Amino acid sequence: MSYSPKVVDHYERPRNVGSLDKNDPNVGTGIVGAPECGDVMKLQIKCDEAGRIIDTKFKTFGCGSAIASSSLATEWMKGKTVDEALEIKNTEIVKELSLPPVKIHCSVLAEDAIRAAINDYKQKHETMAPAEASAGR
Amino acid sequence: MKLPIYMDYNATTPVDPRVVEAMMPYFTGDFGNAASRNHEFGWKAEEGVEHAREQVAAAINASPKEIIWTSGATESNNIAIKGIAAMYREKGNHIISQVIEHKAVIDPCKYLEQNGFRVTFLPVDKHGMIHPDQVREAMTDQTILVSIMHGNNEIGTINPVKEIGALCKEKGVIFHTDAVQTFAKLPIDVEAMGIDLLSCSGHKIYGPKGIGALYVRRKRPRVRCEPVIHGGGHERGMRSGTLNVPGIVGMGKAAELCVQNQKKEIEGVTGLRERLREGLFGRLGEIYLNGHPTQRIPNNLNISFLYVEGESLMMGFNDIAVSSGSACTSASLEPSYVLKALGLGDDLAHSSIRFSIGRFTTEEEIDYAVERVCSAVEKLREMSPLYEMAQEGIDLSKVQWAAH
Repeated sequence: MSYSPKVVDHYERPRNVGSLDKNDPNVGTGIVGAPECGDVMKLQIKCDEAGRIIDTKFKTFGCGSAIASSSLATEWMKGKTVDEALEIKNTEIVKELSLPPVKIHCSVLAEDAIRAAINDYKQKHETMAPAEASAGR
Repeated sequence: MKLPIYMDYNATTPVDPRVVEAMMPYFTGDFGNAASRNHEFGWKAEEGVEHAREQVAAAINASPKEIIWTSGATESNNIAIKGIAAMYREKGNHIISQVIEHKAVIDPCKYLEQNGFRVTFLPVDKHGMIHPDQVREAMTDQTILVSIMHGNNEIGTINPVKEIGALCKEKGVIFHTDAVQTFAKLPIDVEAMGIDLLSCSGHKIYGPKGIGALYVRRKRPRVRCEPVIHGGGHERGMRSGTLNVPGIVGMGKAAELCVQNQKKEIEGVTGLRERLREGLFGRLGEIYLNGHPTQRIPNNLNISFLYVEGESLMMGFNDIAVSSGSACTSASLEPSYVLKALGLGDDLAHSSIRFSIGRFTTEEEIDYAVERVCSAVEKLREMSPLYEMAQEGIDLSKVQWAAH
């Protein structure tokens, strides 16, 4: 199977590889997949006070299409609010990377990773907001 | 050094130029049908076929009368397994094989299971080896065939076929071995090893694709098998159809070349393989050799690179041709059944690469491969969440994964 040029590009020049501090209150971390499936994606977002995503990082154990899907996800999330980022659909990833049918599940996992990271962030902020309100006096 | 580099010799081999030269006259010059008994065109073709039969027989200490030509080892395995089952059905209906045989053995066995036969697939040890005692314990008075491969195509492990052959002789059970990866390349003696049927293939020994052979013992005991293909009774009634004369001549020549240079090639290929192994193990940590460390075919290295997935790794050195046990590289998205049978976790199965070198591999290519592979592994580990977690001291086997 030959890869689409965009998949190759994301593999050779992945965007936003790395890690953010998962203990940072403004960072949301999502880990999806399992080693048994051959796909594990870790996606992280950092938001400003307005809930806008200002930084993203990823690490992926998986094939070229999985790496490209998660790399693309980090690119697309930057600059969006968390709710806007939730709108990102796996079908858009498939189209952008020209993924063949047998690799569509990679894009689904990337979409799951986006959701997981955002949910983690939201959970932190749901619990934090009341706390801050009471601490704010 | 030409790119891309080929290191997938267990998948197929280039045809040796000397083999091509031997085949050429039979395309347009001596192009006759070997079964045409009445004219020189046929006689010339027949001569070429019979000479090749001798060359193949010599590689395993058999008589040329015991060699039949097929379209490849898959067909040879089908004839051996289905043909013996059909012929000896009155005697019993039990067959013994093992879990990491090639699909060309497993699938005919499964077919027989659907048709009134019982098949025992013996489990392998962590190196992928079968022990004679396992075969002994599995035998019953209904057992008519044991089929255990000589050298495994994926992980390289060599089975103790001599001991298994002796056991089968003792018990009066027919013994078949799939010798595709070892035929002509390692010393095989069907007499000394008690082998009754043996499958081999042209395109693994620097011969053409589309041609194989099946050795069928004629003496002590006389083994007979029913044909799978009917239509004219060629090859002593065991395989009908006009012979692929150029292919046969090619396979014969290829076998002869392998046997002539056998000792030297074993030494040379083993040396290069060790150079590759030492290069990789010297530089990378957390990599594991799959298969037996010493009882292995000379040209094979199957290695799992922890924390890195196989397909992405191959992309990282995409000017080197290898294969992987990863699910991502199979059409079915299942990881290699061979690696799973070794007891490897799925993550190690997904992280495996098979390097198999051969006659035309050079030291320069080995050194280039070491460099490229190590760089790719290092880069992918930087990108791997599993590597990161392991560095943090997390025990990955205890993690609750959110698989979808």
